[in-house]
Amino acid sequence: MSMATATTQPAGQTIERENYLNKHYGVGSWLFTTDHKRIALLYLLSITFFFFIGGFFALLIRLELLTPAGDLVQADTYNKLFTMHGQVMVFFFLIPSIPAVLGNFLVPMMIGAKDLAFPRINLLSWYLYIIGGVMMLHCMLTGGVDTGWTFYVPFSTAFSNTKVIEAGLAIFVAGFSSILTGLNFIVTIHRMRAPGMTWSRLPLFIWAHYATSIIQILGTPVIAITLVLVVAERALHLGIFDPKLGGDPLLFQHLFWFYSHPAVYIMILPSMGIVSEIIACFSRKRIFGYGFVAISSISIAVFGFLVWAHHMFVAGISVYAALVFSILSYAVAVPSAVKVFNWTATLYKGSIRYDAPMLYAFGFLGLFTIGGLTGLFLASLGIDMHVHDTYFVIAHFHYIMVGGALMGYLGGMHFWWPKISGKLYPEGWARLAALIVFIGFNLTFFPQFILGYLGMPRRYYQYPPEFQVLNVLSTAGATVLGIGYLLPMMYFLWSMRYGKPAPDNPWNAAGLEWKTSSPPTTFNFEEEPVVTWEAYNYEELDAHPDEEAPSVG
Amino acid sequence: MFDNFPLWPDRASTAAGNVDALFIFLIIVSGLMTGLIFTAVLYFAARYRRQRGVRAEQIEGSTPLELTWSVIPFFVFMAIFAWGAVVYFKSRTPPGDSTEVYVVAKQWMWKLEHAEGQREINELHVPVGRDVKLIMTSQDVIHSFFVPAFRMKQDVVPGRYTVAWFRATKPGTYHLFCTQYCGTQHSGMIGYVIVQEPAQYEAWMSGGSTGPLSATGEKIFAELGCVTCHRTDSQGRGPNLQGVFGKPVQLEDGRSVMADENYIRECILDPGAKRVKGFQPIMPTFQGLVSEEQVNALVAYVKSLAQPGTAAATTKTAAVVSPQDRPEPAHSTGSQVQ
Repeated sequence: MSMATATTQPAGQTIERENYLNKHYGVGSWLFTTDHKRIALLYLLSITFFFFIGGFFALLIRLELLTPAGDLVQADTYNKLFTMHGQVMVFFFLIPSIPAVLGNFLVPMMIGAKDLAFPRINLLSWYLYIIGGVMMLHCMLTGGVDTGWTFYVPFSTAFSNTKVIEAGLAIFVAGFSSILTGLNFIVTIHRMRAPGMTWSRLPLFIWAHYATSIIQILGTPVIAITLVLVVAERALHLGIFDPKLGGDPLLFQHLFWFYSHPAVYIMILPSMGIVSEIIACFSRKRIFGYGFVAISSISIAVFGFLVWAHHMFVAGISVYAALVFSILSYAVAVPSAVKVFNWTATLYKGSIRYDAPMLYAFGFLGLFTIGGLTGLFLASLGIDMHVHDTYFVIAHFHYIMVGGALMGYLGGMHFWWPKISGKLYPEGWARLAALIVFIGFNLTFFPQFILGYLGMPRRYYQYPPEFQVLNVLSTAGATVLGIGYLLPMMYFLWSMRYGKPAPDNPWNAAGLEWKTSSPPTTFNFEEEPVVTWEAYNYEELDAHPDEEAPSVG
Repeated sequence: MFDNFPLWPDRASTAAGNVDALFIFLIIVSGLMTGLIFTAVLYFAARYRRQRGVRAEQIEGSTPLELTWSVIPFFVFMAIFAWGAVVYFKSRTPPGDSTEVYVVAKQWMWKLEHAEGQREINELHVPVGRDVKLIMTSQDVIHSFFVPAFRMKQDVVPGRYTVAWFRATKPGTYHLFCTQYCGTQHSGMIGYVIVQEPAQYEAWMSGGSTGPLSATGEKIFAELGCVTCHRTDSQGRGPNLQGVFGKPVQLEDGRSVMADENYIRECILDPGAKRVKGFQPIMPTFQGLVSEEQVNALVAYVKSLAQPGTAAATTKTAAVVSPQDRPEPAHSTGSQVQ
């Protein structure tokens, strides 16, 4: 779709300046590009594709759950649907979403660099993602997999009759794309900052991506190894996890969650970075407590590695291990709370505008707060005994991973869309979509908290009739939510052809990325910028009202 | 309408009240926090909306404020942690004199066997007001035993026992769900826990038993020839099992383990893993030779040997007597049953 815009200029425009979109034409110029911005767009296309596949599975799940009886699909089909919904959404959408699209696009620009440190490795990461994605599609089309996205043993290694090996290897390959992205970001942030761009002047988006990259590099190899062990046990009957072969099934859970809990922070930290940028811009203020917000990202990344067994409180671990992991889980909640308080305080005495990105940021604040606080319920040993593996957990992590991460992603897409595409999106539609997503989301997932406390287990294809009313509400909400997600895709596409051309800095925002043209040239900056100001210097920006560009919509 | 639309689960065990109290406390705490944040955000958003000629006031931040909103939540979190830990600890520590039920999970069915010998499938009858301890294992994949009305859940893992307990407080029929995804019919692996008044329960218990589980175990113990080595005196090639259960055991490698259900189970299925001090590794594994139900019966039998008052174990043997420590026949302590 991006190629289409590059080749077809709206009539009546003056000759467009040369930029990264129109510099080269043709499929080859995209498939062999090393431009971080073009790679970001390649990722954008690919993850959007997988998002709608995962969303389609979710829709079928919600339709099946409309009635207590299992009537729409077969039990086996249902099990494959929720498994592949999880695998696609986690490994092929959420994990690459913000880092590989917005991070790829923005990290070099925000620090004043021409590109990432390893442009070819960046392209390689996309190819690995695509290879993994094609393997996953192949797995789905040849029968799919029914283990749950968690691959719990010994079900996955000895009992499931589905394509476990194929799915495991697909995720294994895609994991390397994540590792390479993280590696690239860390080196870039260390080595390629413009003169004057000290660590204390970095945008919080960069801090968040730095923290995320640490997790990607340290955590992803563990899931890779774990999946290889699953494949080895399933294919070669090596006794690793299956007690019949002398293995330990809880070992698998430890290894799996050692990555998969921090993976939640791979999804949410970049989103927090986006929210910091948006809130600062739309309240025209330096973020309150910049240093604390930056450090909280790092401490979330570090503490995030020490809480994995809170997924295993009822799995048969010792009471004392459970106590340790519970208390550490509360420790990791503190930096998250600190962030929320700082964002709130940033609003104080601001000059607040309600453009679509800000509406998404408000949405993020609301949903992340609820998601975070319900995390306190699950970290509590006494309550987890009851709500573990029920819809309470489903609701909680969707509030974080969809309410939090996806709201941030959409907010970021709107905020930077003028920079990415060089076009303005229709503001009215965007605000409407933000509202629809917020309402649809709450209607979908809030009833699931109640369902969970009532005791409805997750991954149930049929359920006792007393749970039906809440399930109907949830399905109704999912329909609204689906519309809310389709809208932005449609008006973004529309704006690429019909949108008004975007000025270089439509929001009059701080940050080096706004000093480039819209869309930027291939190497972003005409000359290397020299940074002499602190991050979020909105006071200076607003002191010269003549520079203020016309606003959007 | 509200029969079909409950908003709070039944409360039918002693643990349920504890969990609910903590849950309500958490709803209040998080309701206050949510209210605080939402009010602040909405108020600021409205009060400080952009107005012509009014500029944002730059505020750098405030370390005292940062410390306040780090430290206060931290202490609130610690309070929640401590309360949750207490509730959990209680639910994870079965009282000593509980009635025991052995649970074997398999795709996609619950098999339950009372210590008294009654067997049930997908139904569990229990009396009101008595502590019931579940000793659970799985024949295949991981399952999870969940009774929402009891606020009780425990994964059931193949290759080991996991333990849970409850004390029912209200007669009725309650859902039993499998909550660990276990394959095609996961959502069909459900059943009921039927809580009865003691009199009804006794009536139910009086029928259909093949004798206590420990007696079944004793029979298997004899049939498999276990008795030839595990003799009731100290002359056997294997440890005397009288009074072993529930006591620490000295191992050959110097460690000491508690002889609980899992240890007995492991000794049957993998005898070399934790060999008792002073004995040769001559016991064969019974892995694959005995079913999970038979292992349960054997465990129940070994346990019965440790209970004072049972015919087989009227002694006070403190621990396994190893050959080296074996007292001279002349100084026999009288601890052997003849």
